[in-house]
Amino acid sequence: MSRTFVGWPAFPRAAAAATQDMQLRSNVTRATGTIRGKRAKLVTERPDWEDLRDSAAALKDEVLAHLDRYLLQAEEQVTAAGGTVHWARDAAEANRIVTELVRATGEREIVKVKSMLTEEIGLDNALEAAGISARETDLAAAIVQLGDDLPSHVVVPALHRNRGEIRDVFVREMGRHGRPAPQGLTDEPAQLAEAARLHLREKFLKAKVAVSGANFLVAETGTVVVVESEGNGRMCLTLADTLISVVGLEKAVPTWRDLEVFLQLLARNATGERMAPYTTTFTGVTPGDGPQRFHLVLVDNGRTRALADRVGRQALRCIRCGACMNICPVYERTGGHAYGSVYPGPIGAILNPLLKGPDDPQTASLPYASSLCGACNEVCPVRIRFTDVLLKLRHEVAEGDAKVKHPVEKAALDAVGAVMEHPAAWNAAVRAAGRVGPLMPRKRLPGPLRGWTDTRNVPEIPKESFRTWWKRTDGGTK
Amino acid sequence: MSTGAREEILGRIRSATADLPTQSPEVPRTYLRHAPDVDPADRETVLALFAERLEEYGATVYRAGPAGLVSTLAEVLPAGRVMVPTGFPIAWLTQWAGEALTEETTPLSRRQLDGLDAVLTTCAVAIAESGTVVLDTGPGQGRRAATLLPDLHVCVVRAGQVFSSMPEVIGSLDPLRPLTWISGPSATADIEMIRVPGVHGPRRLTVVLLLEEDQSRDAVG
Ligand code: SF4
Repeated sequence: MSRTFVGWPAFPRAAAAATQDMQLRSNVTRATGTIRGKRAKLVTERPDWEDLRDSAAALKDEVLAHLDRYLLQAEEQVTAAGGTVHWARDAAEANRIVTELVRATGEREIVKVKSMLTEEIGLDNALEAAGISARETDLAAAIVQLGDDLPSHVVVPALHRNRGEIRDVFVREMGRHGRPAPQGLTDEPAQLAEAARLHLREKFLKAKVAVSGANFLVAETGTVVVVESEGNGRMCLTLADTLISVVGLEKAVPTWRDLEVFLQLLARNATGERMAPYTTTFTGVTPGDGPQRFHLVLVDNGRTRALADRVGRQALRCIRCGACMNICPVYERTGGHAYGSVYPGPIGAILNPLLKGPDDPQTASLPYASSLCGACNEVCPVRIRFTDVLLKLRHEVAEGDAKVKHPVEKAALDAVGAVMEHPAAWNAAVRAAGRVGPLMPRKRLPGPLRGWTDTRNVPEIPKESFRTWWKRTDGGTK
Repeated sequence: MSTGAREEILGRIRSATADLPTQSPEVPRTYLRHAPDVDPADRETVLALFAERLEEYGATVYRAGPAGLVSTLAEVLPAGRVMVPTGFPIAWLTQWAGEALTEETTPLSRRQLDGLDAVLTTCAVAIAESGTVVLDTGPGQGRRAATLLPDLHVCVVRAGQVFSSMPEVIGSLDPLRPLTWISGPSATADIEMIRVPGVHGPRRLTVVLLLEEDQSRDAVG
């Protein structure tokens, strides 16, 4: 069985361990630093960046407000184009549907395009239990899979690994799953990419069944959109006879034209490119081209729970660009694993509790896995107001129905305080985000939270050490 | 398939969104309709931007007028076995010495496609700002597998097909056709976020920009 986050320690303990790991910290710092620089340069190329963000946020809000209608429209279009649509209430149901679809083909090995949702639901393990081996084809996802590791970033799941570690995994593991790594493989990134090409080529040329996720699902036309860099996505989406796309309900966008907003934002914000090398769009089945059987599995798994949260539902706008983790000073120090979920960083800190409910020690600690510096608010292409949602969720954990209360809160706050003890790093991160002053929640929070936000001082860029500041102000609440 | 799941999810959505107004606010669309600082009518600037962006991402760009196209293609194509999809103007290949394969009668197997030296196509449209060519499997473009497995993709783009940015082209594309938006050759940044060209897709992308008569005279040199 491959590893999962099930049973992972809660954020405080995992973060404490992660911050002791100097190699991890240096890998994460280097990678996020590189990507922040690339992104910043490309964002300034667009004088209309803020306008694109306004449109993207509004389009996602529109889709979420009428999600039933948009999903039915997508279903109708996919069906009309020869595809089959399935609905799954939770992870178990989604896994059952996909497993049965693969079983019906008789195939024992399938190829996969990186999909955070299939990681979220533990699809690989479910398939393995049914005797089906699902091979990851995205380079970073393959590194994670070969190394029996866990993803730590939504765009680059192996972000926590450096080139030397990747080389060792390839040399050790590739031969056990197909073509071995070339003799004398060094840790040059180009050589590592070549090793992956050769190893996976064999699998692409044989593949009969592929599983993908989707970046977007266009309701108006039923079109699935997959954005990628390497061409492994094209291989899976094109060469297999049967294609199964597993898609979260929130991936819908209203119309075809709306892609002009999202495709102009996504790669710039995710990898610092104007467009990713490859974007594939397809609608159902095309006779004579690509898979002749297409299944779309729409997955809830907590999304409707998040949707019911009036403050938190904005987390469902997320297009998984990863920018909030690249900018996050807490993420930079703990890496992604500490969050105990395939969605780490600021989005993980709000999305996981919203999907699962705050009633377990792990997700309950996540709203505290933040220093409330607000850097994430500034980079999010769909304008998620992380701080609003974090405050609301903290309130729920501290004072709501959640069974897990103050011990979680205190441990989590201590953990964040400990990882943020260097004011220089804090200042650099805040400056990198282009922030010049303290951040106030834009709107007052509704209902019982109002009193709290009225009196709450939001963190200044600290002159004292973060830890002292945190203690003095009780995490910014005094 | 369980209709129970479908109805239950739709029901959950409806109750989750019950507090929201039925009429949503209008979506603002104040972003640019063309590339920043570019007048879309200024063709030379649009084409120069297209070439610059392609090259920035590791593609090789050639410019040719109608008179020079035949020799340019002979120069950029390997003298080996090349997939030339049905509908590609064969008259452009009279000086090239290699062997053209089509799928007119039977599709090639994956291994056959994998063994070719190149694929040669036209495109549907192109976007200057992001250095993107869009294939829609129309005439001269072939099915998707044929443009994916060969290691070199040579794409002829007519100058009139190049627009400054995405909002100018999206409405002209048919979402019912499978579309491949290609912005430079295959690449990865999965190792320490350093961009490495060439993974699974074609590792080399050559774009031949076919200029109108007068532009090609201007563009000499
Ligand atoms: S929350 Fe925003 S910044 Fe973070 S991954 Fe999602 S879209 Fe990107």
